[in-house]
Amino acid sequence: MYTFSNRLKIGSIVLMVIGLLGIGYGFMSVPGTVDEAKQMVAAGHDDAHGGEEASTSHSGQDNTTMATEGHSENTEAHGGEHSAEHDEHLLHQLQTKPWSAIFVAAFFFMMLALGTLVFYAIQYAASAGWSPVLYRVLEGITAYLLPGSIIVFLIVVFAGTHFYPWQNEELVAGDTVLQGKSGYLNFPFFVIRALIYLLGWNLYRYFSRRNSLAQAETNDNRHYKQNFKFAVFFLVFFITTESTMSWDWFMSLTPHWYSALLAWYIFASMFVSAITTIAMVTIFLKGKGLLPFVNDSHLHDLGKFMFAFSIFWAYLWFGQFMLIWYANIPEEVTYFIIRIQEYNLLFFGMLVLNFVFPILLLMNSDYKRIPWFVIMTGIVILIGHYLDIFQLVMPSTVGPNWSFGVTEIAAILFFLGLFVLVVGSALAKVSLRPLRDPFIKESENYHY
Amino acid sequence: MSSHYEAPIREPLIIGEKSYHDISVDVGAPILGRANRSWYIAFSIALVAFLWGIGCIIYTVSTGIGVWGLNKTIGWAWDITNFVWWVGIGHAGTLISAILLLFRQKWRMAINRSAEAMTIFAVIQAGLFPIIHMGRPWLAYWVLPIPNQFGSLWVNFNSPLLWDVFAISTYLSISLVFWYTGLLPDFAMIRDRTTKPFQKKIYSLLSFGWSGRVKDWQRFEEVSLVLAGLATPLVLSVHTIVSFDFATSVVPGWHSTIFPPYFVAGAIFSGFAMVQTLLIIMRKVSNLENYITIQHIELMNKVILLTGGIVTVAYLTEYFIGWYSGQSYENYTYLSFGAATGPYWWAFVMLITCNLIVPLSLWVKKLRRNIMWTFMVALIINIGMWFERFNIIVIDLTKDRLTSSWAMFQPTFVDIGTFIGTIGFFFVLFLLYARTFPVIAQAEVKTILKSSGEMYKKRRAEHPNEPISHVDLDPTAEEPASNIQGSYFTSTDKKEEITTTDTIKDASKDDKINSLLSNVGTFDPKSQEADNLKKINGIGPVMERKLHELGIYTFEQVSKMTNLEYDMLDTITGEFPGRAKRDDWAGQAKVLKKN
Repeated sequence: MYTFSNRLKIGSIVLMVIGLLGIGYGFMSVPGTVDEAKQMVAAGHDDAHGGEEASTSHSGQDNTTMATEGHSENTEAHGGEHSAEHDEHLLHQLQTKPWSAIFVAAFFFMMLALGTLVFYAIQYAASAGWSPVLYRVLEGITAYLLPGSIIVFLIVVFAGTHFYPWQNEELVAGDTVLQGKSGYLNFPFFVIRALIYLLGWNLYRYFSRRNSLAQAETNDNRHYKQNFKFAVFFLVFFITTESTMSWDWFMSLTPHWYSALLAWYIFASMFVSAITTIAMVTIFLKGKGLLPFVNDSHLHDLGKFMFAFSIFWAYLWFGQFMLIWYANIPEEVTYFIIRIQEYNLLFFGMLVLNFVFPILLLMNSDYKRIPWFVIMTGIVILIGHYLDIFQLVMPSTVGPNWSFGVTEIAAILFFLGLFVLVVGSALAKVSLRPLRDPFIKESENYHY
Repeated sequence: MSSHYEAPIREPLIIGEKSYHDISVDVGAPILGRANRSWYIAFSIALVAFLWGIGCIIYTVSTGIGVWGLNKTIGWAWDITNFVWWVGIGHAGTLISAILLLFRQKWRMAINRSAEAMTIFAVIQAGLFPIIHMGRPWLAYWVLPIPNQFGSLWVNFNSPLLWDVFAISTYLSISLVFWYTGLLPDFAMIRDRTTKPFQKKIYSLLSFGWSGRVKDWQRFEEVSLVLAGLATPLVLSVHTIVSFDFATSVVPGWHSTIFPPYFVAGAIFSGFAMVQTLLIIMRKVSNLENYITIQHIELMNKVILLTGGIVTVAYLTEYFIGWYSGQSYENYTYLSFGAATGPYWWAFVMLITCNLIVPLSLWVKKLRRNIMWTFMVALIINIGMWFERFNIIVIDLTKDRLTSSWAMFQPTFVDIGTFIGTIGFFFVLFLLYARTFPVIAQAEVKTILKSSGEMYKKRRAEHPNEPISHVDLDPTAEEPASNIQGSYFTSTDKKEEITTTDTIKDASKDDKINSLLSNVGTFDPKSQEADNLKKINGIGPVMERKLHELGIYTFEQVSKMTNLEYDMLDTITGEFPGRAKRDDWAGQAKVLKKN
């Protein structure tokens, strides 16, 4: 039985408080008028390392002009003349920046819980024999889904035109393409969809956890069987809602751009980060001697999943990049042009962190059984996928003059603190040994 | 391999009371026995279709590609459709073998051999089409990057069609090596069982001197894992590159980024459908129902459901993004309202019905376990997946960028004949394979007999607390490949069961053993204790084990042996004739017995 130590609890609360202060500062220091925004940009140029470096956005212009042109205009404007229209955008983007910062961090931590939930459902649906020893750990991590998803829901609903230009009625009125999409991209439907995701995911988490605990108390497999069915239906629900979620929350940040693969690409990022988190939490608990029934082979398997899904992520990254680059269609290539031109180091650095590092570090099968090695690789993978989410959002919302300052760090700290707090308390609630699962004995005897 | 313990909730993968020997006999039967009439009938039909296909190919090559129904607008149609269809079918083999091996799915062992064979035969069919489509197949080597001095043009590395050449040939070679590696112990089994000298020679050559030693097995497992690791990314890469063919070059500018993973899922979908089609027939014809069970069929149906589900989501995504993009051109392509209502609406309907709607029936457990229905669904999926490729190519091309060039496609008898020919060729190869190859990876099936065999599972359920539940005490269990029969084991509760199942086998030897035992007396483990027979000069550990197998455990028994029994022993064990007599085992045993 794990006890959530006071030290860790206080530590996580401190993180949250610091994070909150930082986020508050981020929202407070947002410019209110065009003049202020201009001043901030000027100051930002003087002191490029200032925490709240001013940023100009790309997304606003995306909506009014063809995206590539918009982009080149944007960079030109940034270096030279500032038209009035551009100043408006600048203001808008600076106001968006703290929103983006908390969205990136909030989504990142929520997707760890959501990905873990999917992993958990897959174990049930596949009648996996190796993993049932991990069920309580997985359930502990997914406990974060409820607070995490509610926060993300609030952010995407209240961000309004900060994120989603298609919610700007004036803009849509002058844009036939956006008018064509308004059957899908309209605010009421958007909120309804978000509510459906929220409900579906959390209901599955609630019932599967309840059944899993109930299974430990009974002698028949009734609860297990029910969980199997729930898992299958959840996976069907998830594969659909994950796609629409990605379109809603990420693709519509730049409503002219589209890519059919984006949803699965986000899933790959989500899944590999989640498995990494599972491995890290498992190693942490095992290090405390709380998981005597988890052996090297279980750890090895988690390592293999980290390795395999890092490659899978890179595969999808390449598939999307290659086809868009090859076809070279104006409204599609903007997505990569801004990322390569303005986020060059991050863009390619992320590939190194998410693909090259895991391949090299986890290639050797012995290393997958060394806990500190898996933890080290895990940290690299998590940083890499944070950057991935960062680049899904930032280039579309704050454009070329992004920065990594107080607000971004504070947002990470806040959500990290919340994550540790929620997951830690959830893990401490019940014994970490899942009893009477039909596969538990197979899982405990698992070795190869 | 994974641990021996298996949750009782899992269904058995080997049905009936099988011993290791039975597995060898059952798998070897189609090779060592004679073909029945239905095999000859099927083979003749396939051969006729194949010959018809050859005729069409010769006609095409000698006359020109003009004999096909292609026109200016639709420059690819059936040929590339067939090509991708076959490549897609070629996917499941490596999926089953490689990915299921990595996931340690035991049920893979019953189906992987045939699935891999299917892969290789399907890829051969696929490879034919680009070569024929070249029009001048004798210049086929031009697709390889060879220097200009050889008379070719330097190939265009920007072309996905070139990537295909590399992807497919790499895939074919790895699949072949993977397949062959798995076959080695099974060829060795056939070599050891056949009585015909010519067959023995052939299978000796094929088995590369496999001896079944621990070292062999260790290397075998290592190589299998490495090849599986290599083959898994290859499964992705091959069909990814095939998808690039379409995503980048069917109509300029048209593409869909979801194609790579979606094509892979679709290929596995169609590949598994083909495995179902083949195995449902094969398990019947070759009497392998005990190894390819309903449970296997259901599991394959579940994989079909999964990959079919992924394909469904991809279709919906395609359709949605086509609409969402707001581009009017997207409305003429593959999955769009325009395609559904255009002149090829029937192809669209076929696609949706065969690939999305009919497989939904597999959600019902009863239908998943219904062999007839499964067979139907598998056939329908195969048809649907053919239409998928047809739609991607032909629907997109019929309405290209210029309205003045819009046209329809009519296949000629040559198009159809060539396709039928490849189906014939495929079945010719597969039927020959079914008669000459061990169609089930028997060596691997033996490794799961104790953990997943029905008889053993039942026994564990009846005696859950006995230590023998998954570690077997009988000495022969250490050797999965051993063909020794199990009549004379010591373990108590097993004795009756095994005697009843195994006495029929090799009755001649049984008689001898029985008469031997009647002379020297039987051993009763309940009241007697076994002696250490190795104390007798001339009996080593191997000989001791052999004596144990015969049921000889005590000095008492050995001491009763006379010349007559020595001879019997020699004929049964076939080792060191005269040894026992020379060393006077009976005399030694008498002395030891007194001590």
